[in-house]
Amino acid sequence: MRTPLIIVAFIVLLAMFGPMLLPWGHAQIDWDSVRAGLMSDGHILGTDDLGRDRLARLLVGTRITMSVALAAALVALVIGVIWGAVAGWVGGRTDEVMMRIVDGLYALPFMFIVILLMVVFGRSILLVFIGIGAVEWLTMARVVRGEVMALKSRPFVLAAEAAGTPGPRILLRHILPNIAPVAIAYLMLTVPQVVMVESFLSFLGLGVQEPLTSLGILVNEGAAEMDVNPAALILPGLVLVTVIICLTLAGERWRDRLTGTGRAARMAPDQ
Amino acid sequence: MGQLILRRLFTAIPTLLAIIVLSFILMRLAPGGPFDGERPLAPETRAALEAAYGLDKSLPEQIMLYLGNIMTGDFGPSLVYRDFSVTELVAQSLPISLLIGGLALLLASVIGISAGLLSALRAGKWADEVLMLAATLLTALPTFVTGPLLALIFGLWLRLLPVSGQGDGISWLILPVIALSLPVSGAIAKLARAGLAGQLAQDHIRMARARGIKPMTILRRHALRPALVPVASYLGPAAASLLTGAVVIETVFGLPGLGRYFVQGALNRDYPLVLAVVTLYASLIILFNLLADLIYGWLDPRMREPSA
Repeated sequence: MRTPLIIVAFIVLLAMFGPMLLPWGHAQIDWDSVRAGLMSDGHILGTDDLGRDRLARLLVGTRITMSVALAAALVALVIGVIWGAVAGWVGGRTDEVMMRIVDGLYALPFMFIVILLMVVFGRSILLVFIGIGAVEWLTMARVVRGEVMALKSRPFVLAAEAAGTPGPRILLRHILPNIAPVAIAYLMLTVPQVVMVESFLSFLGLGVQEPLTSLGILVNEGAAEMDVNPAALILPGLVLVTVIICLTLAGERWRDRLTGTGRAARMAPDQ
Repeated sequence: MGQLILRRLFTAIPTLLAIIVLSFILMRLAPGGPFDGERPLAPETRAALEAAYGLDKSLPEQIMLYLGNIMTGDFGPSLVYRDFSVTELVAQSLPISLLIGGLALLLASVIGISAGLLSALRAGKWADEVLMLAATLLTALPTFVTGPLLALIFGLWLRLLPVSGQGDGISWLILPVIALSLPVSGAIAKLARAGLAGQLAQDHIRMARARGIKPMTILRRHALRPALVPVASYLGPAAASLLTGAVVIETVFGLPGLGRYFVQGALNRDYPLVLAVVTLYASLIILFNLLADLIYGWLDPRMREPSA
């Protein structure tokens, strides 16, 4: 669990502080060295067809992808926790209706609805992460609801109830702190999911827009020139895949440790 | 069983209608209309055009009109590909997408199920660890990275397979289908392993083993069918994953499938085209969920009971 997190932390730190150390901005054009090769004219990874420093673009792209992913995952966390906690706590008919809605939303072709939103409301980075966050909260809601249901009948909650503590206070003080570890594990699993969605949209030209850049855009640009410069495809692809795999592995292991109920049960689908 | 199908259809149709109506309203909310050109139209021309396309009616009336047209297979004219109706574009491109998607689903099922079963039979051994690590990696690899990478390695470096477009024969299909099937096969492998591992731990299997029945017979006669239930339940999400993957794969490999038109339509704000593709995708996903329920019922007789 530790190694993948260290790798991700390293990539994040590099993406955060790396651009400050470079003399080039990610959208800055170096007219004197367009399409420069590796290690030439002070460009470590060279420049692209527009004379922009590839290393700067890679670092900034990583940063934007990671920030969008984190922001969207937080949106998903907030919606999912509130939805799941209310459904689990109130129970009964409300719970049934709320979970029916989640089931129904699961069946929708979400990627297409997000794309539809992009088409209709124009392509902005804000919409990208609200759209993704609004899509990725479903699993979180299910997990949180299950946890709340399990906690509801625990003695300390019953005791708080018997002592006349109001419901919202019990939720905040006694239940939420106890579901936090599981919620964080799923947050960790949501982030790579969101990274994928964001890069997917940006790859198609529907996500983050120039002059901003993201790993998806870089992979797309790299794919267009892979015959002459394979590194332009391989490097952003490698960063993307590393981040996704490391976060998935770390999240899965954390989740498995929290819900230690035999490997078979753990690997069963969410339903 | 018939009742199960009926009940599912009962929920599927409202879901589909809701998606269509929602998408339709979203489209109408969008700023800009199809007749907003660089030069403003004369009011009477605009009125005539709007009347011709039924845009002068109220929103509910427009929706009813659209739903009625869909029933007869008419998705309206494409706003960008001027000479084609949306139905014609879909009719041209859908077969390619279905071919790639179907083959990818088949390949993913074969690879995924065999890897998953093997992994469960060798649970805890190194083969299990390796296969499951591979499955996790495969699920985590996005198609828009694996697609270009496969094209780079097998197309440009090794020069074994075509990189783009439809050539003669079937060699153009190989890379797109493989790239599309990879993430799905990883997910199926995990589910198949979980399913069989869960079954093998059951008492009746232990009993059969204690009676000295051959492991292969136990697998075939008792463990296999219930073990595949989780895989069947994944069919719906798999369809969704294949459809989104196909959007990327068709773009990467330059294939004129439905996904590519969808992206073009989205970039060009070709509303009727996008609406038609969303409707079609939603129906496909709902259809696959229905199919999953049927297979579910076949694999697990308890599901056939109305009370289930």
